[in-house]
Order: sequence, then structure tokens, then C-alpha cells
Amino acid sequence: MKNEHISLQVEALSCIRDDRVLFKQLSFEIKGKQVLLLEGKNGSGKTSLLRILCGFREPDSGEIYWCGNLLDNQYYAQMVYIGHRDGVKDELTVQENLLVSTALGFASQTSISQALKKVDLQGHDEVLVQSLSAGQKRRLSLARLLITDNKLWILDEPFTSLDKDGIAVVEALMTEHVNRGGMVVLTSHHDVQLHDIKPQIINLS
Amino acid sequence: MALLRAFIAIIRRDLILAFRRRAEMLNPILFFIIVVTLFPLGVGAQPQLLQSIAPGIIWVSALLAAMLSLDGLFRSDFDDGSLEQLLLSPHPTSILILGKIIAHWLVTGLPLILVAPLLAEFLGMHTDALIILLKTLILGTPVLSLVGAIGVALTVGLRRGGMILSLLVLPLYVPVLIFASNAVEMASGGLPVDAQINILLAMLCLALVLAPLPASAALKMSVS
Repeated sequence: MKNEHISLQVEALSCIRDDRVLFKQLSFEIKGKQVLLLEGKNGSGKTSLLRILCGFREPDSGEIYWCGNLLDNQYYAQMVYIGHRDGVKDELTVQENLLVSTALGFASQTSISQALKKVDLQGHDEVLVQSLSAGQKRRLSLARLLITDNKLWILDEPFTSLDKDGIAVVEALMTEHVNRGGMVVLTSHHDVQLHDIKPQIINLS
Repeated sequence: MALLRAFIAIIRRDLILAFRRRAEMLNPILFFIIVVTLFPLGVGAQPQLLQSIAPGIIWVSALLAAMLSLDGLFRSDFDDGSLEQLLLSPHPTSILILGKIIAHWLVTGLPLILVAPLLAEFLGMHTDALIILLKTLILGTPVLSLVGAIGVALTVGLRRGGMILSLLVLPLYVPVLIFASNAVEMASGGLPVDAQINILLAMLCLALVLAPLPASAALKMSVS
């Protein structure tokens, strides 16, 4: 499948939580080489929207299409989600965690050591995750983006607990991914600075 | 091939985790040993009596030990977000969940089977009955893990799901208990037990095929 032809299309999506309408009739489409930034106040439904895109929540109405089809295994093989929780196991080493992640998806060209180098965790392969700091754990979960073969990144507040360098690293990773033809959907309270890529912005509040 | 690799990776991961959390892993097996050894102290050292209630004691303790260990099956994965990652895998979730259940049984069920002969000897069980006891444990404890997984999957999202879990799972455990302890009792009386063993085998096959599907569906519900 050519990168240019991938698309994520959302049609008339509504989400109601505890009798409160978070958003309704939301429609958008993103293609390869595009970034979508969701903005909005706390509780405006950013995370809910991302979780609907992941298939964890059913939308109250509306449909999501990946390359023209409803979400299927094809979609899950090409997306990565990084949520509030890092999704790494404290009692496993950095390398063991990433090995499980590659086994669950399909491995990419990037090896684990290359990925760790990109997120500045080189030399930590054999370290137990419980002895890493919160920021380092975050970097580890971001390394997951690189080791599996994927097109769509869904990132929920990827900059949480990262230092300045870390934020720059994530922005560089996103730029590289988008330039290779991938797409990113993210929420952030920080300003996102990507070289010569202008994110589409949807404000949910 | 990729599915098999994912399946093995899950089992391997859970075994490593269990090994690194040894204290938690030892809990059910210690519970099993303690309960069985307390019975002679409670009912008095009457060999005849102990011999006749041995199958029941061992099976009830094994069942409770299995239930005690259930909550650990998905709890930590749910708390740290690994479960979400598991559900997002392009591979069929039920197969991955089956991997988790197998690892759980290896860690909690298998040790029960290994110490059971010692405890049976301790209660004065005959060799014939002991062999049948082991057969029923080998067939029965995986059923406990498989059926229990559905219950845990349903309750893992609740903050205090322990009570509901027991209420959900216990009725489903009763048939296993009835057929298994009955088989051991019959065997100690020298009677044939093929029927009970076959029923347990049927239960195992059924649970192996049918339990992972509702468990994975329930997990998807629990994370939403």
C-alpha cells in the first residue's frame, strides 16, 4: 500500500458521556504526511476521541474509516497508541518490554537498539523499568513507535513528564515519521513545533 | 507464524513477571498447603475420617487457592496500560488471552498438582485414589483458570470487584468440584471412574475453546 493513499476518515462522530455531549457531528479526514492536533480544555473529550479512534470506546454515533474500510485488523496492524499510561511493565527490563511489543505487532526495519538510541535510552537495555524515572519511562514507551511497522500514531499528551530535550526528540520523531508519509493524531497542551509541517487543528471546546 | 510468536511472547513475558514477583506467586500454593494441613488439627487425628474426607479437602482447597490467584491475572496489566496495548494488537485477542491464561495456570495450577501427592499421602489416601486425584487435578485446574478468566475480565475494571468475582465464578466452579471429588472418592472405594474423568475432559475441551472468546470481549468492555 502506498503511503499517499492511506487515510483516516471520521464521519459525524458523537460522544456523550454521563449525559454530557462532548462533541457531536465531528467529521474530519487526514491523509499521509499530515498531523492532526486536538486542542481543548480539560474534559473537553480529547482523550475520549482518541480512545474512540483506538476502538476502545464505541462512538455514540458516526463511523470511522481507515483507507475506506471500517476499523479492522489491517488498521490495528498499522496504528500505535500511546496513552496516559505508559503500557510498560515495571518488572521487565527495557529490552524485554520492547521485545514483547514487537512480537505483538509486526517488526519494523528499526532495531531495538537503534530505537533506544533515538530516544536517548542507549545503554539501558538491561535496566529494569522500575528503576527508570517517569521521563525515561515515557521515552521507552515512545520507542515503541519506532520498532513496529506502522503508519498512524495516536498520541495522548506525548510530552507529559518529558524534559526539553525529550520534547525535542519527540518532535523530531514526529517530523521524520510524517516526512516518511505517516500520519499523527495527537493531543497536547504544549505548542507543537514541527519543521515546515503545519498541523491541522481541531478545537473541541 | 507471527501469531505463534506473539502467543509465545505473551506466555514468556508472564512467566518472567511471575518469577520476578515470587512472593505473589507463592501465595496460592502456600494457602493450599496451609488449609490442607490445618484440617487434621481441626477434625482430630482420626486416620479413617481423614482418609474419607481427603478428596473433598484437597479439591476444595485447590479451588479456593485457584480463586485467590485469579485477580492477579489481568490486574497489573490493566493498571499500567499493558492491557490496552494487548487489545490493540492486530492478532486475535482471544489467542493472546489464552496465552495469558496458560501462563497463569503454569504458575498457579501446576504447583498445586506437584504438591498434591505429598498432601494426599499426608491425609492417608490410597495410591489408586492418588492417581485419580492427579488426573482430576490435571484436567480440572486448567478449567478453573479458563473459566475464572472470564470472571476476572468482567470485573477488572471495577475498583472492588473481589466479591462480585467470587459470586460470578464460584457457581461455575461447582461442577468441576463435584465431578472431581466424586471421582477420587469412587476411586478410593475401588469403583470405576471413567465417566467422571470423561466429563472433566469434556469440560476442559469446552473451556479451552469457549472461554478465551468471552474473556477477550469482556476485557474490551472493561477498558472502555
